[in-house]
Amino acid sequence: MAREIDRDEVQRLMAQGAQIVDVLPAREYREDHLPGAINLPLRKIEAGALRVLDPSRPVVVYCADPG
Amino acid sequence: MYDYWTGILDWKTAGLPVEGTSAQQPRLVDVVRRDVPTCSLGERLGDVRDRAAAAGWDACVVVSDGHVVLGLLRAAELRGDPDQLVDQAMRPGPSTYRPFVPVAELRGIMSDRNLESSPVTTSDGRLVGLVRKQDVGLR
Repeated sequence: MAREIDRDEVQRLMAQGAQIVDVLPAREYREDHLPGAINLPLRKIEAGALRVLDPSRPVVVYCADPG
Repeated sequence: MYDYWTGILDWKTAGLPVEGTSAQQPRLVDVVRRDVPTCSLGERLGDVRDRAAAAGWDACVVVSDGHVVLGLLRAAELRGDPDQLVDQAMRPGPSTYRPFVPVAELRGIMSDRNLESSPVTTSDGRLVGLVRKQDVGLR
């Protein structure tokens, strides 16, 4: 279960080397994304997460908005 | 695992940098005037006009205690009866724009609607600043 965090906490985790994961479709990711974010679209996240994420570092996921 | 639940919309609204193909186009956060004077509903128009003029402005944004935009006093409203209250003189509920909106987009809107200025706010309506037509390349 992911813990909900706000922008300040995202910045703090980024500074600590967290992995930032954009779960939006690739086209939207190409247009803009958080600095250093990798793209794991929702429908591919389970397969991709194990392959590309470092389990020893925090992971922050985000999408477009609260909706 | 953490969920940044308000997403990239919240990030861009705060004017924080992004990467990607659209990241380089200028956005309102790059041109917004954060030094715009503000006033409250119960102030005298004459007092507000004097304060704005002293700061080199012919506009003032009307805000609540929480800095939420309630209205706008452009040059025409500021020229009104000095004893009138801001509440009676302002343009209530002006259209507002988020900081991540491309400058070119607002330029088109301001040109089409012949707007002198437009408030920029966060998604919850708090004032970020004011964009004047010259700030988006209009005369």
